Amino acid sequence: MGEMTTTLLGEGNGFATTRMDALLGWARKYSLFQYPFVTACCGMEHMATAGSRYDIERFGAGAPRFSPRQSDLLWVVGTITQKQAPPLKRIYEQMTEPKYVIAFGTCASCGGFYDNYTTVPGVDKIIPVDVFIPGCPPRPEAVLDGLMLLMEKIQNGDREPAVLPPQKLPPLVQLRNKQSA
Amino acid sequence: MSKKVLARLQKRFADKILAVDSFRGDDEALVSPSDWLEIALFLRDDPECAMNHFIDLTAADYPEREPELPRLDVILFVRSLGKNQRVRLKTRVPAGAELESLTPVWLGANWTERECYDMFGVRFRNHPDLRRILLYEEFVGYPLLKDYPINKTQPLIPYREVGPSKLAPFGPDEGNPFGRIDWLARMSGRNLQVSPAIAVQQGQRPALSVDEEDLAPPASPELKP
Repeated sequence: MGEMTTTLLGEGNGFATTRMDALLGWARKYSLFQYPFVTACCGMEHMATAGSRYDIERFGAGAPRFSPRQSDLLWVVGTITQKQAPPLKRIYEQMTEPKYVIAFGTCASCGGFYDNYTTVPGVDKIIPVDVFIPGCPPRPEAVLDGLMLLMEKIQNGDREPAVLPPQKLPPLVQLRNKQSA
Repeated sequence: MSKKVLARLQKRFADKILAVDSFRGDDEALVSPSDWLEIALFLRDDPECAMNHFIDLTAADYPEREPELPRLDVILFVRSLGKNQRVRLKTRVPAGAELESLTPVWLGANWTERECYDMFGVRFRNHPDLRRILLYEEFVGYPLLKDYPINKTQPLIPYREVGPSKLAPFGPDEGNPFGRIDWLARMSGRNLQVSPAIAVQQGQRPALSVDEEDLAPPASPELKP
């Protein structure tokens, strides 16, 4: 794993060869059925990401399944309290293998600024997490970057937790004519 | 507000109203816990008070109050929709004390009294269903009392092993240091700084009572001195 997969095109005979795990990874990364575990304000950005402007369907990850048995990608969106931790773990255990978890936002990743008696300091204390997306809340672009990072990890068979690195933003463009202001 | 309700209370109850206060239109009366139910009933039933709208019931913890005063304030907020007036009723109880429930007076007191019990441990007599409302039954202690350690968690399921440290940028001290007040030290009179960690972070002049060890920043490489 990790090396490039070579795909040989058949000479008009209609077949191709590949490795089994690469084929499985390719199939899995384009058919992620999500279970949104939305608890807090990050849910607004999650809804924005699911809207038509960002078109999450082009990654094959658009369809939410509100039954954990039909889903393989758990989005933990928002703060998880100690009282919510047992239901979260139970939902994770009910999901079908192979299952992936994205911690959406700072609260789900590490508890955020809630440093108190009631907040779980990161859902990785409860369930294994594949991708952490920092942000309070993360913008939809960051969420899509996190999703693409997860897809890359699925293709490579990589189950180590990863944090979405910060993106380099292009310089701001001055749109307004300064003389007219 | 016109202090009409306070005048009415003082006229009717005289000595039972221990103190009154009006500040920027907010009227407030302090009563003894034994008169709590009686005065609440009067506020509701008296035609000149007519407090028919229960707003809230909560508590506040003052652990550093003079030792002869009980440390908890239980505060009732009620309003009269018809008379367009409102009043606060306060009483002082020690931690873990019993107080008469106001649920028979205003039905809305049911859940707020449960919350008050959940967070401060005030037990309400004759409450129909005095259970924790926000926290879980397994929780030990009352988290809004100042001597409950602010970041002490009581997990319902055991935590996974996630290695010695979290992945960057999520350090162990990612949270804000606002809440890191050492109340146990404060109550013993050792450290009167609001929050030593944030004082260090903001370069504040240290309070006179602060020890050297209180000023040491918490074990976090991210926190700038």
